[in-house]
Amino acid sequence: MPDINTLIEVALIIVKVIVVSLILFTLPIPLTWIERKVAGHIQVRLGPFRVGPHGILQPVADMIKLMFKEDIAPDKADKWLFKFAPLFAMVPAFAVYAAIPFGDKITIPIINKEVTLYISDMNVGILYILAVGGISVYGIILGGWASNSKYALLGGIRSSAQMISYEIALTFSCIGVVMTSNSLSLLDIVKLQSGTILGFIPHWNIICQPIGFAIFFIAALAEINRIPFDLPEDEGSLAAGYHVEYSAMKFSFFMLTEYLAMVTASVLTVILFFGGWNAPLFMPEIPIFWFVAKVGFFIYLFMWIRFTLPRYRYDQLMTIGWKILLPLSLLNILLTGLFLL
Amino acid sequence: MLLSYLPVLVIIGFVTFLAVAVFFINSIVSPNNPYKDKLSPWECGMEPIGNDASAGHFKVHFFIIAILFIVFDAETLYLFPWAVVFRELGVVAFVEMFIFIGILLIGFIYAWAKGALEWV
Repeated sequence: MPDINTLIEVALIIVKVIVVSLILFTLPIPLTWIERKVAGHIQVRLGPFRVGPHGILQPVADMIKLMFKEDIAPDKADKWLFKFAPLFAMVPAFAVYAAIPFGDKITIPIINKEVTLYISDMNVGILYILAVGGISVYGIILGGWASNSKYALLGGIRSSAQMISYEIALTFSCIGVVMTSNSLSLLDIVKLQSGTILGFIPHWNIICQPIGFAIFFIAALAEINRIPFDLPEDEGSLAAGYHVEYSAMKFSFFMLTEYLAMVTASVLTVILFFGGWNAPLFMPEIPIFWFVAKVGFFIYLFMWIRFTLPRYRYDQLMTIGWKILLPLSLLNILLTGLFLL
Repeated sequence: MLLSYLPVLVIIGFVTFLAVAVFFINSIVSPNNPYKDKLSPWECGMEPIGNDASAGHFKVHFFIIAILFIVFDAETLYLFPWAVVFRELGVVAFVEMFIFIGILLIGFIYAWAKGALEWV
């Protein structure tokens, strides 16, 4: 018989998981609206404007529409894999959040119990996130292959090649951070970034890992299939890539996965390089506010990039990944090591 | 210790449940009117031509990329534990790791020189 404290811990874990999953599940609803609004204003037009004030109910209308759409599976498709591919893509995108800390601790006022703002502080945190995040590529390649359509297959294969190529640079840039903080736990990495250097520079990893940050950011852009690296969905040559045959909720699950990947990339950038919930210089410490603000800034940055830059060609993409980012990230590890020793 | 990995199971279970529930609702409320043209693979509105896509014809370059990836992915597995403790292990471990990386880099340079990374 497990003791009462363990039971409370388990109950707390379940509650946290449900809350975090539901928030993440509904997060794409505001994000699509924000993305379309940002797109509109960058291109000097209004964006969605009809449904609700300033089009704010547009994503809700879209969601209802997708809910009532017919779910089509091509007759030549592999029915089982076709059904499971969206799940394979989506579940790892959520599972990543089991190890991501959103803050340190807060005390709930009425029952006076201290609650940690992370689901689990794994001692292998960052390794877990990179490994589980990598599983999403299975969903994409299975979806592309099971559709039994030429565009979908090409999109799936291109996408997986792109994701595994940039995963190397992404992982190597994380190793620089692990070397400076001597820990794989994201909580420790954030705690080490508090305080200042020389009294006026925030002690964030971006200061001591600028090359690492540049590599991480570029590789993350490619990893989450955003412009300028959104070749899997290259409308001009591939129609829609791996999800061309998908409709209704299966299609929206792929979209959900992409938005979650964008949020994950922003969260990881903030945690690894921008001090997590530590406040910038001389600002009051409001951990949750700073965390959300920084993550929001990076989400906005991803959208800004999307509507500013054109798309790379596939050979350019591979050249950047293998011939520039990979040697550069090894050089970063070498320099970090020499600097620390 | 084991408790810190329990959330992984819980979150996978809960999200799968959520997704299946949404699929189920979708299958109830959505219309179902399949016919031959709707169920054929999409090729810009033309009749699908040639082999089935799942016959698996794709450029062999993708396969080479996958092999190269495995080499470096195995390397990262060794780099992570090393990166955590390398300050305690000192210069020797640092040099050893770069000998290891160097050996892998020789293979990488060979692939580069052979044109495995050229995309034509």
